[in-house]
Amino acid sequence: MLEIKNLHAGVDGKQILKGINLVIQAGEVHAVMGPNGSGKSTLAQVLAGRDGYSISTGEVLYDGKDLLEMDPEERAREGVFLAFQYPVEIPGVNSTYFLKAALNEIRKSKGLPELDAIEFLTLVKEKMKLLDLSEDLLKRPVNEGFSGGEKKRNEIFQMAVLEPKLAILDETDSGLDIDALRIVSGGVNKLKRPDNAQLLITHYQRLLNYIVPDYVHVLYDGRIVRSGSRELALELEEKGYDWLIKEAA
Amino acid sequence: MSTATETIEGFVSKEYKYGFVTDVETESAPPGLNEDIIRLISKKKNEPEFLLEWRLKAFRHWLTMTPPTWPQVKYPPIDFQKIIYYSAPKKRGDGPKSLDEVDPKLLETYEKLGIPLRERERLAGVAVDAVFDSVSVGTTFKEKLAEKGVIFCSFSEAVQEHPDLIKKYLGSVVPYTDNFYAALNSAVFSDGSFCFIPKGVRCPMELSTYFRINAANTGQFERTLIVAEEASYVSYLEGCTAPMRDENQLHAAVVELFTNDRAEIKYSTVQNWYPGDEHGKGGIYNFVTKRGLAKGVNSKISWTQVETGSAITWKYPSVILQGDNSIGEFYSVALTNNYQQADTGTKMVHVGKNTRSTIVSKGISAGRGQNSYRGLVKILKGATNARNFSQCDSLLLGNKCGAHTFPYIEVKNTSAQVEHEATTSKIGEDQIFYCNQRGLSTQDAVNMIVNGYCKEVFKQLPMEFAVEAQKLLGVSLEGSVG
Repeated sequence: MLEIKNLHAGVDGKQILKGINLVIQAGEVHAVMGPNGSGKSTLAQVLAGRDGYSISTGEVLYDGKDLLEMDPEERAREGVFLAFQYPVEIPGVNSTYFLKAALNEIRKSKGLPELDAIEFLTLVKEKMKLLDLSEDLLKRPVNEGFSGGEKKRNEIFQMAVLEPKLAILDETDSGLDIDALRIVSGGVNKLKRPDNAQLLITHYQRLLNYIVPDYVHVLYDGRIVRSGSRELALELEEKGYDWLIKEAA
Repeated sequence: MSTATETIEGFVSKEYKYGFVTDVETESAPPGLNEDIIRLISKKKNEPEFLLEWRLKAFRHWLTMTPPTWPQVKYPPIDFQKIIYYSAPKKRGDGPKSLDEVDPKLLETYEKLGIPLRERERLAGVAVDAVFDSVSVGTTFKEKLAEKGVIFCSFSEAVQEHPDLIKKYLGSVVPYTDNFYAALNSAVFSDGSFCFIPKGVRCPMELSTYFRINAANTGQFERTLIVAEEASYVSYLEGCTAPMRDENQLHAAVVELFTNDRAEIKYSTVQNWYPGDEHGKGGIYNFVTKRGLAKGVNSKISWTQVETGSAITWKYPSVILQGDNSIGEFYSVALTNNYQQADTGTKMVHVGKNTRSTIVSKGISAGRGQNSYRGLVKILKGATNARNFSQCDSLLLGNKCGAHTFPYIEVKNTSAQVEHEATTSKIGEDQIFYCNQRGLSTQDAVNMIVNGYCKEVFKQLPMEFAVEAQKLLGVSLEGSVG
């Protein structure tokens, strides 16, 4: 589904990603871990198409298409979803309205009819159960006045409604207490299907107690220095990143 | 940055789609202004003596005045002797008795603007008094209004039919000495709307007027007067679009609102006059005096405006809160792009006890637009327990535009409470990217963000006007779905 080949990217002339190689197949859950400043978030942003990053070499194929050539909204319509580390507030814009507009854009691009208000609300009610969200949240402006936990839950709720093929979760666990973490992870797990994939970006292995990855990759200084199974994460938890960094050096 | 910049360019480069000129033979006075022209106007309109005298007094006073220089706007001096002060569509025979007799080209113009002039089913609920240049061409739903005793007609008609009311209220809120442009308007005003709601009547429909400037080099000087008697209510809508012109056109209107005890007037404007092209050429100069006098106890005057047009806007819809417990409101969205300049705001003058006012101003600047909020909150000595809340927000799109805020607060009574909040923000790339990442195009994202920003004001507008406002901002309106 996703194939990243020798990806080099930077911002303001500073090289951050220095040759990433990663293959994700449908039905898989991958976790990318790494210390602060290793390039984890940059990877997420580059995949989602954020402006301001320059890509010097490498390519990213998504379902065989050149992902880097696509505008961010095209990527989204093709099924790439980024759960933001810091979800953005949009004052005055009703959450339901926002999400309905987004879903209908995606449906339009697939040649599906747009959902009307009633159909949409039916869908939303069903999806809200997944994340134990209160309906009240949907009546409020997008992320405005949401607590940190609510924002993160809202991201996963959007994911549930938009049903992406490739979901990238950028530090979704940060700022969540243990109960919220359980709910969010539970939601993510229920959204897992044989025809979609998830890329978790996290600093801590804590999240991986709840969302069990098929593969774990350690990112350091812009490269994946080690890939392994779930056990790699546990090893990191125990020993920290230092031993890997020393090995990589 | 590139995404945001492209968006702004897209937003800014939308062409003015109402730029067409109707080919109607006009009957015009020669350019220039003197007492003879004023006499001509008055004679053409068959006005009573008192009105001619009033016009002449205004003119003589105007001669002693100079144009205001304090607004934060720049434009070359206006040569008032080059302006034509009277222009009317030429009548065939004795003039139209019904809409069927109105020049089809005029009707076509309204058609293009989407103005509901003819009584159609879908219009039910809206009565239109359309001002085409200087003469009203049609009024609808008059009979239904007459049943309730509501008078809604052109100003000229009111002068003929209800001279006593005109004599009593004309200039009672905005005297001809008020300011340079109000004096000019008082001297030369051509037509406008008059509305009188009798005691205890709740006007059964929204009253609506669409203004339009058509003949080249014609200044348009409307005069609107709305009087709400005791315990009455009216909602009045004013909308404007003008055809494209190369030369700047002066527009100096006066609107007077008057409420007696427990009466309420809600006045909404969507203003979309030609703003000039993307190089700052052409466009309307909109120098307007709008004021309401909440004379009676427990009366209320509310202004809502969405200003997207005009090269220059100079406009401060105000309320004088004279009656005890009276309420004044001002909700405004002002958008400036390209080289548009707006200096707009309000004045709330608290005279009576327990008077309350609310000001919500949303300025949006794009391109090289300059947007200023200028507001005065004045609490007089006798205004015990007066309250004001003001919120002035500015939104910047791009980095060549400007936003300015000039709040003035004068408090002479220690029991008063005055609150002022102000913010300035830029549409964030973060916000746009967030929307993009959910599948929305950048243009849709900007529209949505701007619309969200203006929501507090839009929700004050009657539904049909909210839709118009939405169109004007290129925003898909939220809240209307789901």
